[in-house]
Order: sequence, then C-alpha cells, then structure tokens
Amino acid sequence: MNIVYTDNNATTRVAPEVLEEMMPYFSDLYGNPSSMHSFGGNVGRKLQEARERVADLINATPLEIVFTSCGTESDNAAIMAAIELNPEKKHIITSAVEHPAVKNLCAHLETKGYTVTYLPVDREGRLESELLYSTMESKADDIAIISLMWANNETGVIFPVEEVARRASDKGILFHTDAVQAAGKIPIDVKASGVDMLSLSGHKIHAPKGIGVLYVKNGIKFPPFLKGGHQERGRRGGTENTASIIGLGKASELAKGHLGEMDTRIRGLRDYLESELLARIPSSSVNGERRDRLPNTLSIGFDAVEGESILLLMDQVGICASSGSACTSGSLDPSHVLMAMKVPFESAHGTIRFSLSLYNTKEEMDHIIEAMPPIIEKLRAISPFWKK
Amino acid sequence: MWEYNDKVKDHFLNPRNAGEMKDPSAVGETGSLSCGDALKLFLKINSSGRIVDASFMTFGCASAVASSSALTEIVKGMTLEDAEKLTNDDIADYLGGLPKEKMHCSVMGQDALRKAIRAYKGIEILSKPGNTVCECFGVTDLEIIETVKQNNLKSAEDVTFYVKAGGGCGKCVEKIEEIVESILAEARTEKETTEA
Repeated sequence: MNIVYTDNNATTRVAPEVLEEMMPYFSDLYGNPSSMHSFGGNVGRKLQEARERVADLINATPLEIVFTSCGTESDNAAIMAAIELNPEKKHIITSAVEHPAVKNLCAHLETKGYTVTYLPVDREGRLESELLYSTMESKADDIAIISLMWANNETGVIFPVEEVARRASDKGILFHTDAVQAAGKIPIDVKASGVDMLSLSGHKIHAPKGIGVLYVKNGIKFPPFLKGGHQERGRRGGTENTASIIGLGKASELAKGHLGEMDTRIRGLRDYLESELLARIPSSSVNGERRDRLPNTLSIGFDAVEGESILLLMDQVGICASSGSACTSGSLDPSHVLMAMKVPFESAHGTIRFSLSLYNTKEEMDHIIEAMPPIIEKLRAISPFWKK
Repeated sequence: MWEYNDKVKDHFLNPRNAGEMKDPSAVGETGSLSCGDALKLFLKINSSGRIVDASFMTFGCASAVASSSALTEIVKGMTLEDAEKLTNDDIADYLGGLPKEKMHCSVMGQDALRKAIRAYKGIEILSKPGNTVCECFGVTDLEIIETVKQNNLKSAEDVTFYVKAGGGCGKCVEKIEEIVESILAEARTEKETTEA
C-alpha cells in the first residue's frame, strides 16, 4: 500500500539531493574539520560552504550561524544564554502555545525563581499582544528574554514576530523566536525582522534528524550552552556533525528555491483539501486563523469523534497525520495549543493535523478526501455524542 | 504509537455489538466529552435476571472502543450477580492486555456496567461517595482506594493509568501518593502481623 504522508510538521523525508551530498562525509571524507591536516581541513571548508547556504536561507551572515543538534537544543541554548547574560533579570515572556522545548524549559525556570508570563491567544490562535506590550512597558528592566514562535506547529498560525522584535529592540529586551516550523515554508529575514536569536531544525526541511541551527545576532556575547571544545567559535562544544551540516546546507539551498512553490502549489493543495473536507463532512471546523497561517498546515476538528481512533483508521488506508487529542498527546489533556485557543472539547479531541510538503500531490489529496468521510461516519455511528 | 495486540486491533476495527439498543432494560453511562472518553452501555435483561443482550456507544480511542466491544461480549449470557463482580482486569485479560496508560479505558467498562446494573435495580446514585481528590477528572478518594486495592497498584502513576486522577494539572498527585502509601503500609502491617 502506498503511504500518503501528510505529517511533515512532525518530520520530513531527507531529500535525495541532500542524502547524495552527505554520503561522502561518512565514507571517504570523514576528517575532523578542526584538524591541522588537509584531510580534515578540506571538510572544514565544506562546512563553511554549508554555513553560508544556511545563512542565506534566513538572510543572516555565516558568522551568526551556530550549528546545534536540534531545534530543542537551539531553544534551550537561546533562553539559557539570555538568563546568563542578565542574571539580575528574572522575568521571561513567552506564549501559551509554544513548543514543549520552550514551554517546559520555562516551567522548569519557574521552579528556579523566574517569573514567566505565558501570553494567551484568542480563539483563532492569534497572540493577545496587549498584555505583551503592557508587560514590556512595566517590566522592561526585569525581562531577561521574550521568546515567541514564528509559526505554530499545530495550527500553522503565524505570530507578529517582526512587530514584537522591533518593540523589543526599542526597549533593549532580548528577543528569541523558534522558527522551526516557519523555515522553508515562508520567507524569513533576520536582518529585516531584527530578531536577536532564532531556532531552526533540519528535519523539518528535508535534512536529517539530529541537526539544528541557532542564529545569534552579531554583537551578542553568547555564552555556550554545551561547554567543551572551541567548535562554532566557542559557542557550542562538540565535534561537528559534518555530514548532517553539509546536508542541511543543501537542504537550505533547496528550501530557499522552493519558497515560491510552497506559497502557490502547496498552499493550493492545502486549501483544496480543507474546502473539500469541510464540504463533505458535517460538523467539521478549522482551528486557527486562516489567513496568517503557514501554507502547508491544516488543523481540522471533527465533532463527536476521537483523534486516535481517526488516525488509526487513516493508518489502515496509508494516510499519515497527527492529532491534538488527549490520547495522542501523551498526556490526558488535549493539546495545550487547542486548550489555549479554547477550542471546545467536542472538536479538540477530534482534531487532525495535516501538514504538507513539496512532495505531496493532488492525487494524494484526492485519496484523503475520499477516505475521510467514511472514517468519520463509522466513528460517529458508534459515538454517544453524535446526534443524527 | 501504542503497542496494540491483534485482538485489541480486531475489536477496534470490527467492534462487536456497536450501536444503540431499542428498549434496553438498563443503561449505564460514564466518562465525558471533556475527558476524551465516554461509554454508554445498553443491557437487555430477562425476567430471570440474566443479561441476554448488550450493546455500546463509545467516544474514545482504540482501547476505549475495544474495551467496550469486549465488555459486551463478556456480559452476554451472564447473570446480574456475576456481572456485578466483573472487573476491568477481566476486560483487559479478555483482550490479551492493554498498554498500562490505557487501563482507564477498561475501568470505564467496569464503571458503566455497575451503573447499568444499579439503575436496573432501582438503586439511585445521588452523588459519588467520598471526597473529590482530583478536580480535573472528578475522582474521589474512595474511588482511588477501591482501584488501588482491586488492582494491587503501587504508585500514583499507576492510579493515573487506571482512573486518570493526577493526570491533569497535577495538584493532587501528592495526595494520591499519600493514599497509595497508606494502603501499602496497611498491607505491610497486615503481612507482618500474620507472619508473626
């Protein structure tokens, strides 16, 4: 059975061009880039090229790119750096819908004497900016960092990062953004937006798992999170994951080239999938603001049925996606994002997230459109909450 | 991904006795939309007090659907007396086991069955006995004690797996630990006394 993979916000396949670019660095070109001999030095040069390509994706300079092991490490490194740079500042601002890498780190810091403001979102997943701006006014000298995601992994809703970065800069407050989901889907320009730090993750843009990036604006005295050797100009110890970095360089180049297609063809596929599912399945609704949203993401709730059951029936016909239900979230509550948006339980538990990539096709959308109505009907037929 | 055995998968993909019953003798409901699990159990009971038919409606995951399907298969043909003694373990055993995080689905089955039988006997349940310990999931101390004793649970985490208590905001976890510890201490003292 052919797999229809629409779970790209969870992870993506490694692009064949990326894999090809990486392979020599496992077998023949395995030198340590820090070594004195040319065998290692040659690899070092290739690393630099990759660094340039990654910088190019976000309009940074190569010197501002730090390679990490993943988005989670980048998020942790950014926030901990801010804490260390300003030990007297005990306030952190973030949102109620961040990825656990930010959310759980902040929760941990609350047990260490930090005060954290979790900015609420409205019913469409949009940031309640008023509280942010008033807290920035009243507590400017006490805020160690503001960390807000560029785009949400579950709903795709895009935050007003440029606006927040500008205001943070005016007040001299460090601003970090987790752009893990935004990269490769919408244009990112760190110069124009003025963010201080930004996280990226390789496996969301067709590079391997286990490689990430932290952008650190020139001028920030960044204390390393991973202390060790002098790799990454002393900003992140540990022998470089050379093959994956080189892969990420290629992936970044490809991602930049495909931004236009993301915005047109993929957005078109997503919109088609969305309108057909809404039309064919009664009592279904989209979670999240539909305009300022990533072009590839669809979070759709089906009333009176439960997410894990929906996903398992989808799995039977080869369709891969995610859910916001309690049973799939690993906890007993539905996803914190849907809860923060006050999505009614009726549809929160029955929410499915489809997230597309450049590899998806219209035929695949048609397969999903055919498969979903009978799946939802089968579950509604046995649901005590479905009124016929 | 949960590790589901073939029997659980079968009862999920091909549930037995799914659907509303016309003129049931008794109905038992448990769970809620907010919980993410709910079960409505229908029983047809004959004049000699034997369950002659059973069906269910379930909102929930694969374990919830499979547990409900299994429950209806188990109780068909049982006397009310025997059905009252059915535990969630019987349901989980029938299915060849459930992941421990999903045991609460089988507990739902036990709960709905007991409610149905009580309703049939005309025993009104005014409110849940005991004091609420877990506010997120509405679980009382008596329910926790019964579950711990019945299933030989050893930790607050086990309690969460069986009745969800402590799995929401987490405020009550300490209290649950106290309850579990006092039951374990009691059992230890009993053991010492019998061995002495």
